[in-house]
Amino acid sequence: MSRINSCFEKLGQQGRKALIPYITAGDPSPAVSVPLMHALVEAGADIIELGVPFSDPMADGPVIQLACERALEHNVRLVDVLEMVREFRQKDGETPVVLMGYLNPVEVLGYDNFASQAAAAGVDGVLTVDLPPEEAGEFGEALRANGLDCIYLLAPTTTEQRIQHICDSGSGYVYYVSVKGVTGSASLDVQAVAEKLDLVRKYTDMPIGVGFGIGTAEAAKAVSAVADGVIVGSVLVKQIAALADDQEKIPEKVAAIIAEMRAAMNA
Amino acid sequence: MSTKFDLAAMKELPDSSGHFGPYGGRFVSETLMAALSQLEQTYEKLKNDPDFQAEFDKDLAYYVGRPSPLYHAERLSREVGGAQIYLKREDLNHTGAHKVNNTIGQALLAKYTGKPRVIAETGAGQHGVASATVAARLGLECQVYMGAEDVERQKLNVYRMKLLGAEVIPVESGTRTLKDALNEAMRDWVTNVDNTFYIIGTAAGPHPYPMLVRDFQAVIGREARQQCLAQTGRLPDALVACVGGGSNAIGLFHPFIGDETVRMIGVEAGGHGLETGAHAAPLCAGRPGVLHGNRTYLMEDDAGQIIGTHSVSAGLDYPGVGPEHAWLKDAGRAEYVAINDDEAMNAFRTLTQVEGIMPALESSHAVAHAMKMAADMDKDQILVVNLSGRGDKDIHTVAQIDGIIV
Ligand SMILES: Cc1ncc(COP(=O)(O)O)c(C=O)c1O
Repeated sequence: MSRINSCFEKLGQQGRKALIPYITAGDPSPAVSVPLMHALVEAGADIIELGVPFSDPMADGPVIQLACERALEHNVRLVDVLEMVREFRQKDGETPVVLMGYLNPVEVLGYDNFASQAAAAGVDGVLTVDLPPEEAGEFGEALRANGLDCIYLLAPTTTEQRIQHICDSGSGYVYYVSVKGVTGSASLDVQAVAEKLDLVRKYTDMPIGVGFGIGTAEAAKAVSAVADGVIVGSVLVKQIAALADDQEKIPEKVAAIIAEMRAAMNA
Repeated sequence: MSTKFDLAAMKELPDSSGHFGPYGGRFVSETLMAALSQLEQTYEKLKNDPDFQAEFDKDLAYYVGRPSPLYHAERLSREVGGAQIYLKREDLNHTGAHKVNNTIGQALLAKYTGKPRVIAETGAGQHGVASATVAARLGLECQVYMGAEDVERQKLNVYRMKLLGAEVIPVESGTRTLKDALNEAMRDWVTNVDNTFYIIGTAAGPHPYPMLVRDFQAVIGREARQQCLAQTGRLPDALVACVGGGSNAIGLFHPFIGDETVRMIGVEAGGHGLETGAHAAPLCAGRPGVLHGNRTYLMEDDAGQIIGTHSVSAGLDYPGVGPEHAWLKDAGRAEYVAINDDEAMNAFRTLTQVEGIMPALESSHAVAHAMKMAADMDKDQILVVNLSGRGDKDIHTVAQIDGIIV
C-alpha cells in the first residue's frame, strides 16, 4: 500500500484527520528545508506538501510568490528538491511527501525520467497545479508506472461532471481548493465547503484534503470536522519569511503553528 | 515552400481540445476550467451567429475605421532596390495598432456573456489602451495589469489608459514585465471569475483564447489578400510580421495558410543579438514547454524556469509565443527570424524619413526584416509587411536613445 493510503487508513482507525503543511522547498535557503520537514512531522504533521519553486507561480498569492523568489535566488531546481526528499527519507521512512508545483520544470526532465527519479527519492505523490486531467494523459501514466499518486485539484467552480472525471483520474487524495482565488486568499466559508464535499463524496471514496484560506487553529479545527485533511501553507510561509534573517529559529517557530493546529484538531 | 502536412487541415486547427499539433491546450488551475469551457461554448455559438458577426463588422468599420489600407511603399521599395514592399496599415486603426481588432471582439463577448468588469494585461500599453477604449465605450469597469518596468517606459500609454477611465495596476513581481502582468491578470481572474471577463491581448493563453484572438485578428489577412489581388492582380510572394505573442502575425498569416506559394515570415525580437542571450525570440532560440495556459516555445533555463527577456520594444518583450506559431514553425509552413534592437531602430528611422510613416518599434522589426529580404528579391515580387502599430508611443524611447529629453 502507498504511504499516502496507509497514512489515511491509520488516521481513520484513530479517528483523526490529516494535517498537511505546505512549505516551498529551499525557502528562504536550501539548508532550512529538511530540518523544517522533520520539525513539522514532530509537531503533528501527517503529510508534507513540498512546493517546487517556479518563476511564474500563476495560482499563488504574494506570500508564496515571494517564497518562490527566495528559493530561486539560491537556484533551487527540481532535482535539488528531489535531493531534499532523499535526505528527509534517511530519517523518516513513513511520512508521505507530495510535491506541489507547476508543469514546466517537470517538462524539462521528461515525464518518465522525473517520475522514476521522484519515486527513487522517496516522493509519494505529485500535484501539478497547471495540469488538469485533460492534459495529463502521459504524465499520469508515468506517475502510475512508478507507483506515485497523481493528486488533482477540485474547485468551487468545478462542475459535477468534472468532479467525477477528476476523481476517476487521480489517486491518493483529492485537494479541494476552498475559495475562488489564489493561495493565501481570504478565509473560507466552512458551510459552503461542507456542501461541496458532500457532492464530491457521491463520486469518490478517496480522502479529501481542503486548502486555501486556512490560517488559524480554529479554522483548521472547523475544516477538519468536514474534511479528511487540512492543508495549510501561506500562514507557515509568512512565518518563514519573517525569520529569513534568523533562520535557525524557523523549524521551531513554524512547527509551533502546526502543533497548535494539531491540538485544536484533536480536541 | 512545401510541407508534409495538409494545408487545408492545418487552417482548421485547433482541434476540439484546443491543440495545434502538440501545442496549445489548456494548462490552468482547476478554478478556471469551468470559465474557459463556458467561454469556448459561447464563442462557438456566437462565431456563426450572423447578428454577432454583423455587430463585430460594424464596429470594425465605423469605430476602428476598417478596412485599413494596403499601401505600396514605392519610395522605400526603390531605396531598397528589390521586391515591391506593401504596408498593411494597422497603424491607422483607432488607438493606433492592430490590438483593437481583438478587444472589440472580446468586449462583444463580455457584453454577450453579461460580465460587468474586464481585465487585461499589457506590455507596451497598446492592448491596455485598446481594452480601456472598448471598456469606456461599453461602460465596463476596466483594470489593466502592467509590469512595473513597462509602466516606467510606456508612460504615455499609462496616462492614456487613466484618461479612458481604466485603473492601471503596476506589477512588481518576477521580472516586472509582460509575463508577470499576465500572471497577475490570471490571478485576478481566478479570484473574480464570476463577474469578470479576461481580455487577453495576444494569440496565446489557454484554449480558446489563441483561436478566438486569431479569428478576430484574421480580418487583417482577409483584407490584405483581397487588396493585394485587387491592386496587383496576384497574391504576394511573402508576408512579414513581428511576433511578440503573435497576434498581428497570425492575423495576417492565417487567411494565407492554404496559399502554398505565399511565404510567411515571423520576426522576433533579437534584442542585443541571439548570441548574447538578451533577446525575446523563443521560436528562434527557445524550446517547447508550458507557460500561461498553453504548450509552446519558451525562453527558459536548464531547470525550466522562465528567464527574463530583452527587447527595445516592450510589446515584443515576452518569453512565450502563441501556440499556432509553434506549430507553423514545426510544420515548416512559416519561418521565424530575429531582428536586433539596432536594426529595428534603423528601420524606424528609414521608414519615418523615406515614407513619412512612423512605425511602432514592434512593427519596425518587421520593416527591418522586410528591407533585408526585399533587397534579395526581384522587382516584380511582392512583400506584404504588417505595420502593426504607429510609433507615437515610442517617441520617449527613441528620444532617450538619441540622448534627447522630450
Ligand atoms: C504595435 C504592436 N505590434 C506588435 C505587438 C506584439 O504583439 P503581437 O505579437 O500579439 O502582435 C504589440 C504589442 O504590444 C504592439 O503594440
